[in-house]
Amino acid sequence: MTAMGDQGPLGLVELLRTAGLSVPVGNLVSFVEAVGIAGGDLRSIYWCGRATLTHSPMDIELYDRVYRHWILGTEIGLTEMVASLPESLVVDDDEVTDEEQPESADVEADDTTILRFSRTETLRSMDFAELDSEERSEVDRLIADMRLNAMTRRSRRRRPSKRATGVPDLRRTVRESLRTGGEPINRRTLQRTRVARRVVIIADISGSMASYSRSLIRYAHAAVSARSQVEAFALGTRLTRLTRELDTRDPDKALQRASDSVADWSGGTRLGEGLRQFNDEWGTKGMARGSIVVILSDGWDRGEPEQLAIEMARLSRVAHRIIWVNPLKASDGYAPLARGMAAALPYVDEFIEGHSLASLDRLSSIVSGNSSRPVRSHVND
Amino acid sequence: MSFATPTSVSDVESGLAANGYLADEGLATAIFLALSMGRPLLLEGEPGVGKTEVAKALSALTGGELLRLQCYEGLDASQALYEWDYPRQLLHLRAAEAAGTINSDVAAVENELYSERFLVRRPLLDAISDRHTVAPVLLIDELDRADDEFEAFLLEVLADNAVTIPELGTFRATVPPIVIITSNRTRDVHDALKRRCLYHWVEHPDLEREIAIVQSRVPGASELLSRQVSRLVAELRTIGLFKPPGVAETIDWVMALSALGRTELDSASVDASLGAVVKYREDAERVRAHGIDALVDSATTPSK
Repeated sequence: MTAMGDQGPLGLVELLRTAGLSVPVGNLVSFVEAVGIAGGDLRSIYWCGRATLTHSPMDIELYDRVYRHWILGTEIGLTEMVASLPESLVVDDDEVTDEEQPESADVEADDTTILRFSRTETLRSMDFAELDSEERSEVDRLIADMRLNAMTRRSRRRRPSKRATGVPDLRRTVRESLRTGGEPINRRTLQRTRVARRVVIIADISGSMASYSRSLIRYAHAAVSARSQVEAFALGTRLTRLTRELDTRDPDKALQRASDSVADWSGGTRLGEGLRQFNDEWGTKGMARGSIVVILSDGWDRGEPEQLAIEMARLSRVAHRIIWVNPLKASDGYAPLARGMAAALPYVDEFIEGHSLASLDRLSSIVSGNSSRPVRSHVND
Repeated sequence: MSFATPTSVSDVESGLAANGYLADEGLATAIFLALSMGRPLLLEGEPGVGKTEVAKALSALTGGELLRLQCYEGLDASQALYEWDYPRQLLHLRAAEAAGTINSDVAAVENELYSERFLVRRPLLDAISDRHTVAPVLLIDELDRADDEFEAFLLEVLADNAVTIPELGTFRATVPPIVIITSNRTRDVHDALKRRCLYHWVEHPDLEREIAIVQSRVPGASELLSRQVSRLVAELRTIGLFKPPGVAETIDWVMALSALGRTELDSASVDASLGAVVKYREDAERVRAHGIDALVDSATTPSK
């Protein structure tokens, strides 16, 4: 018995939705229309579905799996697929509910209360790794309120300006000269607008970094939901893009979706390899070009430091600024001895702690261009 | 030359092939659907797999004029849609002043000033103008380079195939254009736009298809050379280069080698012309470290 059943192609759509692909009604209609045009044999249905129901290479991967199941109807295929999704949900559920659920109840109960000043002050300097669950929730709440205003650069767009000099605004000048008998007496000008630079956050999610990367990803979420141009990636044994997962209002839900999509949350890290993947697939193609790249990692790399150095060099050639956030830097007597850290440091413009709220604030001010201190004088303070 | 609207997927495949583009079944289906359903086609894929070429071949196939809009950051309506010809407008004003009409009838002069005579049509407006008898092919290239504002604006134009110019009224396409949008995925195109489009991810062709593509693009090159270069490029894609060569590079390289008068590969000419296919110094070093002789050997030994 195949899974095709008697619903025809609609059964395929049903399965795709079950497997987590979003299929809006409009696309469903297009799919049916396409099948009507191209013919209802299995090959046509396959290609019609791909053209109308998928929107990215990731979709295609999922689509292929579901299609195979639809055709072959192997029940094992379905159970495997459906089972594999909730399984990761359960695992992450534990982590999230234990730490964050009670807090969000708290938050709702007294969401008008402003944190007592002294409490906030203490919290600000506390290490993320040393928070109990109540403190954690307050910190999360404070992070959610953080706003990221990335430094700007000149855009190619222009807007009408009041200045007397600049690029002539012919449109307005012509209009004005109607009034003066065709003589362009009042000359209007344009000026360039400024746009915020894109911020790319790459967070190491290996075991030792877990509590810091969760905070940084919350921070990224706050930025994404505030509509800044922010891209977020999780870096473990491989690189996972989180931007789309973070694109929801509710930070807990966003974090949940993000952790669902990361297969190796809290595994080991291969920094060089992960950065290579970032450079190849995103960075040098345009995402990192002129951007502010924030890397969160302790610099412990299971791969070769040479590779890390090469990839950092590539990244530094396209990025506007590279900020390395290393929570270990906050501890006394820290020196960047980890081989990965040492290899990466020459390409880093700013090297900061990022272990506490205060240091996230500092990150914000560096990203916004309000603060800048040279790397080297800063290494051992 | 006769043009016809394809009536089946294989029609599209053979029609494109006749115009020098060898599409696989998936791409041909997507194109056929885009034509039949009147929907834009969004093509994504690695640089150099031939996304832009699709539009060119399609234009040759249908006989529709190719209108190309290259996107870049800050692209706005005045470069994509229309602009007024300001120098001529000013000139016209001066002429009106000299003739004395400007003081008597300002409204008339203003109407003249904002008439089609002074309208500069950019690709989007051009694509929906009524001068076309055959649907033009509108290529919106590298949409990911434009910004969000432009995307929103494009969505509006594509939704109705109509454009409103405040001074002139609404322009509506008599024959809606065939729209091909390409993106290199440096950022995500908005979902709203994606939903309107059919989607196809363009893959690197397999070896046999690549050889066929090279032969159809560089008819002057020897068959042996095309085959050997394609095999060598396929090998280069597996050795972890920063920028693995695309089909475009394979074609360039075969052209380069045949311009040098080669009919088959040898290490010396590979070394000399490596710049046609590998565009980073580090990549060139990696290829040389990998051993050009070994690469050439494996590409020139007849396949199993």
